[in-house]
Amino acid sequence: MTKQQANWSPYDNNGGSCVAIAGADYCVVAADTRMSTGYSILTRDYSKICQLADKCVMASSGFQADVKALQKVLASRHLIYQHQHNKQMSCPAMGQLLSNTLYYKRFFPYYSFNVLGGLDNEGKGCVFTYDAVGSYERVGYSSQGSGSTLIMPFLDNQLKSPSPLLLPAQDAVTPLSESEAVDLVKTVFASATERDIYTGDKVEIVIINADGIHRDFMDVRKD
Amino acid sequence: MYRYPYVTGTSVIGIKYKDGILMAADMGGSYGSTLRYKSVERMKPIGKHSLLGASGEISDFQELLRYLDELILYDNMWDDGNSLGPKEVHSYLTRVMYNRRNKFNPLWNSLVLGGVKKGQKFLGTVVSMIGVHFEDNHVATGFGNHLARPILRDEWHENLSFEDGVKLLEKCMLVLLYRDRSAINKLQIAKITEEGVTISPPYSLKTFWGFSAFKNPTVGAEGSW
Repeated sequence: MTKQQANWSPYDNNGGSCVAIAGADYCVVAADTRMSTGYSILTRDYSKICQLADKCVMASSGFQADVKALQKVLASRHLIYQHQHNKQMSCPAMGQLLSNTLYYKRFFPYYSFNVLGGLDNEGKGCVFTYDAVGSYERVGYSSQGSGSTLIMPFLDNQLKSPSPLLLPAQDAVTPLSESEAVDLVKTVFASATERDIYTGDKVEIVIINADGIHRDFMDVRKD
Repeated sequence: MYRYPYVTGTSVIGIKYKDGILMAADMGGSYGSTLRYKSVERMKPIGKHSLLGASGEISDFQELLRYLDELILYDNMWDDGNSLGPKEVHSYLTRVMYNRRNKFNPLWNSLVLGGVKKGQKFLGTVVSMIGVHFEDNHVATGFGNHLARPILRDEWHENLSFEDGVKLLEKCMLVLLYRDRSAINKLQIAKITEEGVTISPPYSLKTFWGFSAFKNPTVGAEGSW
């Protein structure tokens, strides 16, 4: 008797790219709004960005059902935190929670590639980048998703952080102004859309700064 | 592990129109390549405000209807004047599908959930048995994604009249009839508005097989079939 082979996969890749850039007193988080499966586009208007806390925003690409479940788990944990501590979770705290939540499913992972962006306890921009099982680090900028291979080298060229080995330690956040960072994000998505079939339609750009959270949209190629 | 479905339904299409949602599905239940059942109702009302259409394994659709029956019943038992709207039912369905996928025992369906509550129209879909879902102005399952969505992207617009909406759905269903081998020429169109659900009696579309392209299908590509 031949061994039973699985003919359905519990995972799918619904595509898309995410980017986050940290500034001195702001953070930009952006993602495209296309949701695909195989060679088909399911919808051109799906948000991959989720606001987890006052000053903390997460962009995730990968398998949409897992992304949605992850967002729900984090949102509910944040609600409990607020009940217990009478305050919002800081971005670094949420960063640790996300890592632990992902590792919790180490042996049946959330197929979700995340970037977390926001302001830290001192009001400076912070970006955390993750893999699917929770390995993370704080960086000055990052990209994840289907277009990340196209986007990351460009961000490295424009924003390269000083080495973490330097003494005295130099800041990883970019000296660019908020509008310059947003322009960079727009450029980066326009380029990724050209060559990555899963990136396109619209880009949702979220800016977090001392005044709060502001959301903008940019149209890109729909092919 | 659940290896394959047995009796399956093909595409369901849903669109938003002026007064609510219009949905279309044929009445076929295929047993592999045999068209075994020809009177399968693949669209059902859920509660007061929603309409569910399903493709995929018919017995799993019937199981879902039992889950939803219990959900609506318990909601009614509160007797608090509140009733589950389409958004809530859609959310419940996505959670059920995702949870079954997590246990490696999926409900082998793709779902279309439409409804109107307090003037707000809702149209959402659970794309597959692994729980991917989204909302849009027009949705389709299975072959409908490949053949109907492009037509809808071109011709759908806000505030379609009922007649225009039905014409648009029939145009899509006709293409599916020509090109989807599991489609049959016996369909229903369902409408849901603030007032409630109406599912039409079954009827057929008028087909034309005299296209020159059908008569000489390989004229542009010799050696093809």
